[in-house]
Amino acid sequence: MIVFISLLVLCVFLCLYRVGKGPTAPDRTVAIDILGTLVVGFCAIYSIITKKDLYMNIGISWALLSFIGTLALAKYLEGRGFDE
Amino acid sequence: MKRFVHFLLLLGIWLLLTWSLHWQEVLVGVVVALIADLLLGDIFPLNAVKILSPVRFFWFLVYTVTFFFYVIKANFDVAYRVLNINLPIKPGIVKVRTKLNTEMARTFLANSITLTPGTLSVDIVGDHIYVHWINISTDDPKQETEIIVERFEKLLERVFE
Amino acid sequence: MNETIGLILLIVGVSFDVIGCIGLVRLPDIYNRLQAATKCVTLGTCMILLSVLFYTGFNPIAIKALLCIWFVLMTSPTGAHAIARAAHRSGIRLWEKSVMDKYADDREGSEDKA
Repeated sequence: MIVFISLLVLCVFLCLYRVGKGPTAPDRTVAIDILGTLVVGFCAIYSIITKKDLYMNIGISWALLSFIGTLALAKYLEGRGFDE
Repeated sequence: MKRFVHFLLLLGIWLLLTWSLHWQEVLVGVVVALIADLLLGDIFPLNAVKILSPVRFFWFLVYTVTFFFYVIKANFDVAYRVLNINLPIKPGIVKVRTKLNTEMARTFLANSITLTPGTLSVDIVGDHIYVHWINISTDDPKQETEIIVERFEKLLERVFE
Repeated sequence: MNETIGLILLIVGVSFDVIGCIGLVRLPDIYNRLQAATKCVTLGTCMILLSVLFYTGFNPIAIKALLCIWFVLMTSPTGAHAIARAAHRSGIRLWEKSVMDKYADDREGSEDKA
């Protein structure tokens, strides 16, 4: 299990590289969105290790909340470019 | 009728999440489902009569199997492109036409396009979908429509319309 | 037996996650990054969630994992769609080696008329 968690941590660092470097704001938004989905994967692996459903509750809430956050960021980016 | 189906769906999801039939859980579920249904029932685009027909369920199952087949194919496609040193991509945005009319069917079509090999839906204007295609192989709009849209359109037409 | 299937699903899922993140770093512009990242990370996370079912058996944890698969499959493409549209409307052009951009052509046409 420790191998899978370390690989997911590697994914998180790749995403953070894109958040830091990303030349434009939408690039950073994509990376944040992907980070949200990766956290759900973390929660699933933790619930396999501990056999508790607490972590799956966190995963479900995280999936829905990160979706709402992405939509809000996308709306904000769209409003900045054109007045439509 | 429509509101009652919504109420049953919401209550079902609540019972799946809590996974217990203790009377307190069921009571809270009924209250929450009623409030959510009264406040937000109008914006949920679903026709209650259509969802109850078994023929549609059958075609929905066929759609699900096709969908997962293409999703797995898409992943190997992306893996091939990303891990290749030369990055064999030829991207661009093309415009395809859809025959679907209901909102639900269009939402499913756009989501399916996003998760299938090499395509990403960008916007829907009228009857046209703008699709970002990672490896453009043809210049003819008819062939583009054939390749991108038609594999799901026939199934979704049977499920939702 | 079940644990073996779960282990295979975990290995495949995590490798797809890693490939998706490599794509996020390697590909040249935002639309290509969205393609790679959304497809691979969505399927990878779904496979990890499915492996919960095989590891723990059929119990509340697995039910929640299945619901979570449904949520991820519904929300992730919609989020990608919103970001792609927002990026195009806020004026970010495609990669310079792109072949065509009919969306930009149509939008410029409609702005000229207005």
